Amino acid sequence: MKIHRRELLGSAAAFVASATATRAQTLLSLPWRPEAGSPPRPVKPGPWLFFEEQEAAAVEALADRLIPPDPDTPGGKDAGCAVFIDRQLAGPYGRRAGLYVSPPFIKGTPSQGPQDEDDPAVQYRKALAALDQYCRTKKGGAFASLSDADKDAVIGDLESGAAKLDGVDGQAFFDMLLTNVQEGFFADPIYGGNRDMCSWRMIGYPGARYDYRDWVPRHNERYPRPPVSIAGRADWSPRKT
Amino acid sequence: MARKLPRKDVAIIGLGWTGSILAQELTDEGLDVVAIERGPWRDTATDFPTTYAQDELRYRFRRELFLRPAQTTFTFRNKMDQQALPIRSWGAFMPMNGVGGGGVHWNAETWRFLPSDFVLKTHLTQRYGANFLPEDMTIQDWGVTYDDLEKHYDQFEYLCGTSGQAGNLNGKIIEGGNPFEGPRSRPYPNPPQAQPFSYTLFAKAARELGYKPFPQPSGNMSQAYLNPLGVRLGPCTYCGFCEWFGCGNYSKSSPQTTILPVLLRKSNFAYRTDCEVTRINVDPSGKRATGVTYVDTSGDELEQPADLVILAAFSIFNVQLLLLSGIGKPYDPVANQGVIGRNFAHQTISQAIGFFDKDKFNFNPFIASGSIGMCIDEFNGDNFDHGPLGFVGGGYMGQVQTNGRPIQTTPVPPGTPRWGAGWKSAVRDNYLSTVTPGTGVHGSFYSYRDVYLDLDPLYRDHLGRPLVRITIDFHENEIKQNAYLTDKFAEIIKAMGATQVVKQYRKAPYNVTQYQTTHLCGGAIMGTDPTKSAINRYLQSWDVPNLFVMGASAFPQNAGYNPTGTVAALAYWSADAIRNQYLKNPGPLVHV
Repeated sequence: MKIHRRELLGSAAAFVASATATRAQTLLSLPWRPEAGSPPRPVKPGPWLFFEEQEAAAVEALADRLIPPDPDTPGGKDAGCAVFIDRQLAGPYGRRAGLYVSPPFIKGTPSQGPQDEDDPAVQYRKALAALDQYCRTKKGGAFASLSDADKDAVIGDLESGAAKLDGVDGQAFFDMLLTNVQEGFFADPIYGGNRDMCSWRMIGYPGARYDYRDWVPRHNERYPRPPVSIAGRADWSPRKT
Repeated sequence: MARKLPRKDVAIIGLGWTGSILAQELTDEGLDVVAIERGPWRDTATDFPTTYAQDELRYRFRRELFLRPAQTTFTFRNKMDQQALPIRSWGAFMPMNGVGGGGVHWNAETWRFLPSDFVLKTHLTQRYGANFLPEDMTIQDWGVTYDDLEKHYDQFEYLCGTSGQAGNLNGKIIEGGNPFEGPRSRPYPNPPQAQPFSYTLFAKAARELGYKPFPQPSGNMSQAYLNPLGVRLGPCTYCGFCEWFGCGNYSKSSPQTTILPVLLRKSNFAYRTDCEVTRINVDPSGKRATGVTYVDTSGDELEQPADLVILAAFSIFNVQLLLLSGIGKPYDPVANQGVIGRNFAHQTISQAIGFFDKDKFNFNPFIASGSIGMCIDEFNGDNFDHGPLGFVGGGYMGQVQTNGRPIQTTPVPPGTPRWGAGWKSAVRDNYLSTVTPGTGVHGSFYSYRDVYLDLDPLYRDHLGRPLVRITIDFHENEIKQNAYLTDKFAEIIKAMGATQVVKQYRKAPYNVTQYQTTHLCGGAIMGTDPTKSAINRYLQSWDVPNLFVMGASAFPQNAGYNPTGTVAALAYWSADAIRNQYLKNPGPLVHV
């Protein structure tokens, strides 16, 4: 088939859309279905989806020590890091969807990467129970009930490996928790953390803006515009009740 | 029993860069072509529009566009006497999936290899003597030269609208370009991308140290571009979501933005997505491919007969299909015999992070493109005298920072706690005033007798096929190379005015959880000797002449550059040989 040059002078988008539509299926009415497509759906506030109340209290308390509040920027709790982790654990991340989970699970060298039998949801469940048990034994109460100084001491012992949790690798749990708390703090607010883009405001990151051409030549000048999220900007968005 | 489909002239396995190039070239020849792709259909408007493409968690950390390890993965070990274990979640590299392949989510760093890279063994032996090379190093010449490939590099750059500054135009050295590059017949089709602050500062420091910095060649558009096939690309907006992400702006060269819009309109082209080829079929003689067998999403097995088979999957999956199809003799590192799986290689990457005074420097690190940056090539390939240094190889280096996305790129100075108030304030104070080059030192990885691929005896994929087993470690040569290059690089970062420079050397053992690049290569290498290579200089299988194997699996060892430019040039070179030699007289193109 001969392609006429003139036909091709439009955008690539138009060509591909028409070509795939005709190949994909016969469309009987509109070229889309209501509520179809894969745009992300923002996390909705509401009850915990994965955590039990006691677990949620511990994770909020942990997040607030890993990222403490200060006068300018909320801490991990108010930023929504526990909400973020709750929604992640209730979703594909929690059950390792898409990852290779065939046995046997053999312990390897550190360079070979994690070979855990448990998925993150199970790891959190076991580790949070073991952590509260450890805190009750050592400090006289569940993690969330401890003073900030005691919380920090426990976290430090998890990080160093000094805290031995019953049946759980506390150091590995610390690494996973820290990763997830920081993900929640910095990810787009649609996932439930980084509330009102608080972390982006803190560091000066403009978020989901997609065009900086005007600022490329403005060397050593701070970018002046506030951040936007994939879901829009906080002050454009209706407040949920 | 597989259902047999009507015959096609050509079956292409994989619809990424090389599959798209071969499909375009062979349909132009009038052949009836079908491309069979394991992953889904992908396109800009539907899969990564500007409204939500910029989602760091989804694409970078949950790896939305990549192959799911549940579908298939590899096992990995450092040494031959270790138990290999499955890579359960991607780390050191990220295999692609779906139409467009790695072309969808690459950074579009579009390099040419050095002329000496293609004759590496001969070149190094002549300059330093055979005894200079480590005994277990198995580097080879490619059987093809830079001069053979020049017009095909040019073809790919003009297809893509590559933005860059020529450094050697027909032998004349051009100020501002890379003076070490091989002679090019034409300038780049587009001028270089614009450079934000940190990149120009790197160039200034490099120049003051006596180097010749140049803009990194970029497959992201410095301006709107109409390619020779009549497809238009838009200007890059420096959004900072390039590698791992699809481009919402039609600004990054990919099969989708350069070839597929034309290919899809051809009546002699068909494609099947979500269809996984399980083997290449050969006739009883073992010397002729009869087509391919694949499985669709309903689990049905289908046989697609074809006169010509083009294997155009990702490098390591090319090797797997050859092994599973019984084509070519599997490599045995103990006996040092066989070809399929030998000379596997990766890359030797490191960086030096520069922390600057926040009251004097603001880099706005989020303003970036995947292949932005200023580089030097003084320490690549054999551009410098290795005699006193005791190693071979090298790489380009540069401030090539691709992003300021905050989950990934919030560096803190050494000594900062990993959490708590100290960490939080360090993140706040350093984000805008830190230079994080990422793949700043982009070193070569030469081949060794004990770095190779074979089939794993224990672990299997979702179809019950053995996984590929990777045996790889860094050898002393690469560790020395990296230490030397990283020190040189850190000097430049220091000269930019950094108050603190943190060198992150690459060290053994090779760690499968630490991302380097996805530049896995070798395993089905090209060459002149059928006992030491799987394919000849035209990428034609020595054993099965109607099978051509594309991709970086052909590299006998890896050079100090990103591979895609060379992968594509080889694809055009091979397509040219098929069109102008093979089709006229089907059979071996090289006789030994």
